[in-house]
Amino acid sequence: MKIVVAGYGKVGDIIVADLTFEGHDVTVIDVDSAVLQTATNMYDVICVCGNCGDYDTLCEADVKNADMFVAVTGSDEINMLSCFLAKKLGAQNTIARIRNPEYNNNSQGSSFVRQQLDLSLAINPELMAAQELFNILKLPNAVNIETFAKRKFEMVELLIKPDTLLDGIALLDLRKKISDNFLVCVVMRGNEVYIPDGSFVLKAGDRIGITADPVQMQKVLKKLSILQKQARNVMIIGASRVSYYLSRFLLAAGNSVKIIDIDRKKCDEMSKLLPKANVILGDGADQELLLEEGITIMDAFVALTGIDEENILLSFFASSKELPKVITKVNRAELASMASKLGLDSIISPKKITADIVVRYARALQNSKGSKMETLYKIMDGKAEALEFIVEDSFKFVNIPLKDLNTKKDVIIAGIIRGRKPIIPTGNDVIEPNDRVVVISAGHLIDDLSDIIK
Amino acid sequence: MNKRIVLHIFGKIISTVSLLLLLPIFVAVYYGEYGNNKSLLSFAVVAIGSFILGMIISKIFPAKNRTMFAKEGFFVVTLAWLAVSVIGALPFVISGYIPNFIDAFFETVSGFTTTGASILTDVESLSKSMLFWRSFTHFIGGMGVIVFVMAVIPSVSDRSIHILRAEMPGPTVDKIVPRAKDTAKILYIIYIGLTLLQIALLYFGKVFGVGKMGLYDSVVHSFGTAGTGGFGIKADSLAGYTPYDQWVVGIFMVLFGVNFNVFFLLIIKRTLSAFKSSELWVYLSVIAVSTGLITFNILDMYKTGAKTVRDAFFQVSSIISTTGFSTTDFDLWPTFSKTILLLLMIIGACGGSTAGGIKVSRVILIFKIIKRKLKTLVHPRMVKGITVDKKAVDEETVSSAATYTIIYFLLVVLIVFILGFEKNFDIESNLSATLACFNNIGPGLAKVGPTSSYFGYSYLSKIVLSFAMLLGRLEIFPLLLFFSPSSWRKVS
Repeated sequence: MKIVVAGYGKVGDIIVADLTFEGHDVTVIDVDSAVLQTATNMYDVICVCGNCGDYDTLCEADVKNADMFVAVTGSDEINMLSCFLAKKLGAQNTIARIRNPEYNNNSQGSSFVRQQLDLSLAINPELMAAQELFNILKLPNAVNIETFAKRKFEMVELLIKPDTLLDGIALLDLRKKISDNFLVCVVMRGNEVYIPDGSFVLKAGDRIGITADPVQMQKVLKKLSILQKQARNVMIIGASRVSYYLSRFLLAAGNSVKIIDIDRKKCDEMSKLLPKANVILGDGADQELLLEEGITIMDAFVALTGIDEENILLSFFASSKELPKVITKVNRAELASMASKLGLDSIISPKKITADIVVRYARALQNSKGSKMETLYKIMDGKAEALEFIVEDSFKFVNIPLKDLNTKKDVIIAGIIRGRKPIIPTGNDVIEPNDRVVVISAGHLIDDLSDIIK
Repeated sequence: MNKRIVLHIFGKIISTVSLLLLLPIFVAVYYGEYGNNKSLLSFAVVAIGSFILGMIISKIFPAKNRTMFAKEGFFVVTLAWLAVSVIGALPFVISGYIPNFIDAFFETVSGFTTTGASILTDVESLSKSMLFWRSFTHFIGGMGVIVFVMAVIPSVSDRSIHILRAEMPGPTVDKIVPRAKDTAKILYIIYIGLTLLQIALLYFGKVFGVGKMGLYDSVVHSFGTAGTGGFGIKADSLAGYTPYDQWVVGIFMVLFGVNFNVFFLLIIKRTLSAFKSSELWVYLSVIAVSTGLITFNILDMYKTGAKTVRDAFFQVSSIISTTGFSTTDFDLWPTFSKTILLLLMIIGACGGSTAGGIKVSRVILIFKIIKRKLKTLVHPRMVKGITVDKKAVDEETVSSAATYTIIYFLLVVLIVFILGFEKNFDIESNLSATLACFNNIGPGLAKVGPTSSYFGYSYLSKIVLSFAMLLGRLEIFPLLLFFSPSSWRKVS
């Protein structure tokens, strides 16, 4: 597909990397010729230097023949304007990143804007990140939680700690011990990702993905004795947009939130927007202040300043105080993988979330004829993917028991949602039309449900 | 440096290039050049040998880590060009047509770099398949050996732009479509399309009685034109052919000197942007003015005006497009005309074409740099960017164009100096030989003029001139970096 990406910042970089990897023809627009130079050096793309709100620039980038136009510059207004122009010029689909809460405050307003601009998708990365953070805080022991089929199905990523029930157990034995319906569908050991079979023995240090429906999940986690109470008291460093959205969710759920920021103006604004939150004016990097504000009695600590390095260091400090849950916002991919190697397990990146959404949209567009892709998550540090499809009538392998399907290696059907009922599939289950199917893939690019068959 | 990927790509290039030897093998079979004549045998031996060698190299060095930077690009290109020149020289040696390896190497480098300078004293004694191979090296070398390989083999690295950039001539290399592989493909399609058109025009010229070229002659001369090479198959180059043939070749030489982006823009119907390029207009104006000046200068040497204009135009387009075909011995022309030809040698054609020389776009930049310098001398505080086609040129490109020109002239001086040790050659021959090799033209003036050859030079001079051709074709930097010791250090 021909895709034009306007704005080559951090998000643009991740999007371009993912889209070229998937084999799309990508054109990049940016005003800065120096960053475009790096783009051409690193990726197989063509670059156009200019303002993406400018008609001539858009024409030069051949927007009128583009299947998809993605605007991710730093300015909401330019994103909206360029998407509007791109659409008028003939781009098939337009996606804009719109971050300012004022454009997003209520769903009515934002949907009006989206309609009038004829946007295919408006992405608010901070809101998405806050939602993900909120999910994690609900289940503090998980590294990550992904939801499918409108929250009827979940995948929880866990880190196996030494000397727990999961350390050194074969999956077959695990199933005998816990009778509930669940599936260990993916394991990351070191840098390798495996789709495990029954004889696979788990070890401490493994990162595993478990799928189940939410009710069963609670039971399973309880039996694994790793269910922990929801985080009630949360400390957030940095009064950013993510913190605003996250605090809103947390406060609405009746938790207490403490926000620390060094900037007077931001603190004022935040206290006006969130009267119930405790807003503290001070330097979040000041350990004395953190101790004074009771970091040791918090249930969770979230580092959300604008600087990756500061977030990482703050999180190490919080970890040293043995807080139950420490979450770090890291935008640069290289830093994120380094931080997780050094022992920070919960890392979120709003930029990566944005990129994931764009890639998912691109893939869904490409296979618009086959089964419809509903969701796509990059899991296990981006080494595997969790995808959700709705089975169309055209799917050829319906009503065949799964054990008779010749699926690819490193691909597993982790769940089938039929109507409102989630099924953890066994060899005798079948795929029926209109089912939602959750697939985990390590290493293959899956565009369509049929891709899982050899 | 990522040596593995360099060697991996290198191996793939060699095995792909060996497949190109199948074409002369086919020609050799068609003309029955086997048995006593060793043409077929030598092509087959070299093709099989280099295919196996290439396969082994790329198998021994699998590309695990696929990242590459500018340095790897330079290395791949230099290695590949040196290897291809050696491989291409072997059939000449094995078959015994050019028994000395250095002579054969010179001839092959001259072919791949699309120079067209020859050491052969009697071209017509070579077998048909050998002559075909000689011209075919022009065709491959014109658009680029590696660009060709990139267009056919699956992409090895995301960053193959570095290879493309190292091989393609011109101050800046822009892709015309997002993917390097597709860009390479499109360029080759345009290239092959234009060549086929020329073959057809020449061949049908004979069919309709205005031309003299049969199919073989048409193909061989079109290869020579397309790569802007200039190897002929007759002792007097194109002088023996009809005016129709000469006009067709003359016009196509001009066309192959045009930036290929222009053709691409024409194909996708963006005619307006195609003709907006100032480089194109400067190039065409230089051709028109030079042809006019030379016509007046040589008018009294010829009987008819038509022949005068034709010869003037043909020589001008042949030299500026750095091809090197000739329809007359221009060494007999007055000094004024020869001087103009010498200047055209240095300018060369447009960037992004198959031609050599400094390139019109770089010359335009140099003049703008000079103009800016003069202005800032008068107004020391003036801030002035350089624009071409109403677009700002970044300072990086500006300074590398200036540096390129300086190194270019320094190297010319150096080579002329080395050639100075020759006993039998005067300075006019040496200077024109250097310029003709460096700019990938072929024939020079005086003793290396269109009717003579480079045979008389010593082996040292032949090697030096071979490297001059490679320096000119790869635009100096890749070769210079390859041979500079600092690039070979582990830490640099």
